[in-house]
Amino acid sequence: MTQTLAGGPTASGLHAGGSGKLPGAFRLGLLRGGLEIKGFFRNPGAVVFTFALPIMMMTMFASIFHDKVEGAGVTVSQLYVAAMLGAGLMSTSFQAIAIGIATEREEGNLRRLAAMPIPRSSFFFGKLWLVLTTGIAETALLLAFGVSFFGLELPSDPAKWFTFAWVLILGLIACSLLGIAMSSVPRDAKSATPIVTLPFLVIQFISGVYIPINSMSGWMQNVGAFFPLKWMCQGFRSVFLPDQAKMLEQAGDWELGRVALVLGAWCIGGLVLCLTTFRWKGRRDG
Amino acid sequence: MRKVYGDHVAVDGLDLDIRRGEIFGILGPNGAGKSTTVEILEGHRKRDAGEVDVLGEDPGKASRRWKSRIGIVWQNEIVIGDLKVAEAVRHFASYFPNPRDPEEIIELVGLTEKANARVGGLSGGQRRRVDVAIGVIGRPELLFLDEPTTGFDPAARRQFWDLIRSLADGGTSIVLTSHYLDEVEALADRLAVVVKGKVVAEGDPATLGGRASAQAQVSWLGADGPMTHRTDSPTTVVSELAAYFKGEIPELTVTRPSLEDIYLGLIKEQETVA
Repeated sequence: MTQTLAGGPTASGLHAGGSGKLPGAFRLGLLRGGLEIKGFFRNPGAVVFTFALPIMMMTMFASIFHDKVEGAGVTVSQLYVAAMLGAGLMSTSFQAIAIGIATEREEGNLRRLAAMPIPRSSFFFGKLWLVLTTGIAETALLLAFGVSFFGLELPSDPAKWFTFAWVLILGLIACSLLGIAMSSVPRDAKSATPIVTLPFLVIQFISGVYIPINSMSGWMQNVGAFFPLKWMCQGFRSVFLPDQAKMLEQAGDWELGRVALVLGAWCIGGLVLCLTTFRWKGRRDG
Repeated sequence: MRKVYGDHVAVDGLDLDIRRGEIFGILGPNGAGKSTTVEILEGHRKRDAGEVDVLGEDPGKASRRWKSRIGIVWQNEIVIGDLKVAEAVRHFASYFPNPRDPEEIIELVGLTEKANARVGGLSGGQRRRVDVAIGVIGRPELLFLDEPTTGFDPAARRQFWDLIRSLADGGTSIVLTSHYLDEVEALADRLAVVVKGKVVAEGDPATLGGRASAQAQVSWLGADGPMTHRTDSPTTVVSELAAYFKGEIPELTVTRPSLEDIYLGLIKEQETVA
């Protein structure tokens, strides 16, 4: 038997390191969040990539395609702005988290956390706080750009803003949890970017981010409907496009009830996936 | 304790007892199973067989409470990057129920002047000291140090040794693995030499492998050049030489085998056995 600290005087009193109340998981989550946010904003590369990329994509697509859509009372650029809100959120949550955690795992940060008295849930909470901050900041930027340059109209109806808020929050949580689960797939940090970005790109296409949903073949629409992004974009379109434009949707309606259902289901499924697959350690550390 | 990777047995029936309040050194060549052993004790690796008891718990099923009682300074550097020294130490302190004062720890590892510098911009040795600060911030009862002074300059190493001794004096038990034999000799109360996953020698550094009773070597400069004589009674030899030279003996040294000699002997022995 291998034993450490057999016999000898008991250490109570001498070192009180392990005595006293352990800090709560929620409080530690807030502290983690503060640390993550600080770390993020001190890394100019990540800041530029996260914020500039969706704006650049939006600018390109919305400038290239700006015709009116027949009978729907909207321009193609307006469609793009709404879609890009969803894609931008998924990139700040799903993509950033999956690549970020894979990198942290390789750099040893997760190994250290695994040995510290901090529950996994606090780590997840920290990521959520980061993503809420970056996601909301990025959405605000996209909205400002959309309104200033691409004819996006902000709704005046509070009910629309309520829809906007829940689509944003549910979408962010679902995509973040999926990102945490996805972080276990790449073997190392080097392969993380292609392994995460590739499926994300495919999902963007089949979710109607780059190509209007009504011009895609039926099976693509159906595959896309499985993932949360399509529903996030649809929810945002319901907020920022005139009601007439719902004729462009797959079902000819905004289907807000179904949007909530699918996103809610992904939140729960993502949490289960996270809890069952998340590893502090990399594959090579036994 | 046993750990197997495929066909390779990394730790083979290794047996250790480490007592409260001591500095226990683990020595061994690369690939001997030192790190694997320590990682099993830390709860970071699963064992394949055997019983392990660290602070009364199985590290394979470590609770948060248990984790709050241990500290680890990992062998490989952990990237902190964009955080400042004080921020990082303060942050990790908040995980523990009864941490030490972050400022005091930063002072103790000699980084007070760098407290507001980003960790990513420090030298290798300074970053290592941040790892040490984070390792001891929770006031651990048991501290694991895996090759802690790699990349330190000699002065920083001495300073680090003082820190480790002061922690041990305060009652912290320390498990130290190191390539540096002088480090283990200077710090460890007891040590074990691990070769091919087995403990081949265990004891205190002064008597390990029959070191205290080994023959001494007396060397001096004779009329025909350097002379060496192995003896069980070096004092007699020296007094005879003193009488012969009528006073000072030129270039006199009396040495016992160093820990390194004993260690290298043990490893060679194991290799010929296999």
